[in-house]
Amino acid sequence: MPVYLDFEEPIQILEEQLEEHLKLQDEKGVDTSKIIKEIQKKIKDTRKELYSNLTPWQRVQVSRHPERPYTLAYIKHITDGNFIELHGDRTVKDDKAMVGGFGMIEGHSVMLIGQQKGINTKMRQYRNFGMPNPEGYRKALRLMKLAEKFNKPVICFVDTPGAFPGLEAEERGQGEAIARNLFEMAQLQVPIIVVIIGEGASGGALGIGVGDKVFMMENTWYSVISPESCSSILWRSWDFKEQAAAALKLTSTDMLENKLVDGIIKEPVGGAHAAPKEAFDLVKKEILKHLPKLVEMDKDKLVEKRINKFCSMGVVVEK
Amino acid sequence: MGWFKRIKEGIRTPTTEKKETPEGLWYKCPKCSAVIPQEDFTEKFCVCDCGYHDKIDSATYFKILFDDNKFKELDANLTSGDPLNFTDTKKYVDRIKTTQKNTNLKDAVRTAVGKVDKQNLVIACMDFNFIGGSMGSVVGEKIARAIDYSIKNKIPFLMISKSGGARMMEAAFSLMQMAKTSAKLTLLAKAKIPYISLLTDPTTGGVTASYAMLGDINIAEPGALIAFAGPRVVKETIGKELPKGFQTSEFVLEHGFLDFIVSRDELKEKISFTLKYFNN
Repeated sequence: MPVYLDFEEPIQILEEQLEEHLKLQDEKGVDTSKIIKEIQKKIKDTRKELYSNLTPWQRVQVSRHPERPYTLAYIKHITDGNFIELHGDRTVKDDKAMVGGFGMIEGHSVMLIGQQKGINTKMRQYRNFGMPNPEGYRKALRLMKLAEKFNKPVICFVDTPGAFPGLEAEERGQGEAIARNLFEMAQLQVPIIVVIIGEGASGGALGIGVGDKVFMMENTWYSVISPESCSSILWRSWDFKEQAAAALKLTSTDMLENKLVDGIIKEPVGGAHAAPKEAFDLVKKEILKHLPKLVEMDKDKLVEKRINKFCSMGVVVEK
Repeated sequence: MGWFKRIKEGIRTPTTEKKETPEGLWYKCPKCSAVIPQEDFTEKFCVCDCGYHDKIDSATYFKILFDDNKFKELDANLTSGDPLNFTDTKKYVDRIKTTQKNTNLKDAVRTAVGKVDKQNLVIACMDFNFIGGSMGSVVGEKIARAIDYSIKNKIPFLMISKSGGARMMEAAFSLMQMAKTSAKLTLLAKAKIPYISLLTDPTTGGVTASYAMLGDINIAEPGALIAFAGPRVVKETIGKELPKGFQTSEFVLEHGFLDFIVSRDELKEKISFTLKYFNN
């Protein structure tokens, strides 16, 4: 049973009609091929139209679509299965909300890291809904340091509703873990490519998001807070999420315009979940476009450029 | 049997008819409920006899720390640019203007250089009065420039954090200040210039998750709230009451994220003493 977002209702209606006609043809032997073709075209057109005019809130919805591919799916396809997952932060435990390991992309050996959401109810709990604990960030840092030691580039996939706000997370220093990653990533002596593939919520996202190149997929969001929480704090009600989503300028186009990310990776019509394979290929292509250039760069220059990029972010008035 | 019988329960005086004591004459400690004349309380840098530390502003911290309250303020004229044209229930630019008028501050951090027991020190100190001490572009930029000043002049850096976290009205710009300040701190570290981070009540969110936790030495005032996610959010997440003392300075020290806790009356002495170890 496919999942439809509220604004996808026209598509749902059409697809249900299509279903009926297919059934009619199958069971009663009525020739409905002409109508079927018409409806199929209508579905395609409607989807294209809907997806070319998404509001910021609708993009947030697409970024959270339950059928959207997650980090391990990207890794699997981009590496063609040449991936070995590595576990644990060597201190507390293995965080299932953060995954990582060595992989091979077209002959390049790289370290792949990312937050991981679950694909069904059981797995969502197992993956803690993609919300890492401090050990997740420390595991990510361990893998980055490992990559640095052996001079391998790092590729991070960001997809999280935030760092986990739990009791143990606070006890084990969630703030310190994220801060440490920001600090270490700034100086990491190998290239870092970051791709936001779903949700990029605040410090929990940035904790693996300090990159030489930071890309957002077309239907993702990246900001300091989720629209819902922003609404509840600034409007003191949960009902202003649409306004909050617009005000936060959290879409890929807004983020690129504000020079807070380096580029946008297009998604297939209907979002990455509509044609995952196509989405994987587009991400792979973008990575391969930048990887060789970054690998060739002088290490000091690479780090200096990365630091300068983040240090130039912000708008102030000097009187 | 009493002489009088109560016919109405509770206090019925409407709020408007209540006779208040004039503001600012007395201070009532929220912890021990002792009532002290405001003047005496201010003289003690807003620390109650029971040890409760009330919030103070950057001017007071500078007065406590800098010799004879002498210092040179850095980048005093930086103000917010409202990059997103942000409006919630109020326009962000109006919010800034009103706050500037009410607080006499330009933004939520002030940076200065001066002497602490004759030793040079750059201090960046946050003001909670300014939109909850929230970190936006100005806070990030002023801290970054203060660090630059430290590196250029080889002077140790003290960060006094007091903040609810990142400023929502600058959205992703605020978020990136975390990366920006942390990146700058790597340059300070490479130059081998000491960085002391003092966490005061409250230090939460994006500030905790960036510069506040990155000191060569992390210290805090007693009883301060130090957290990544605030206590209300944690309580909602776990659906249980929080243990006593959760997310206080003492709790954070016990879990290994602070070097020591220092009360305000010993602050200058301890900072100066620590600097001596670095400077010797």
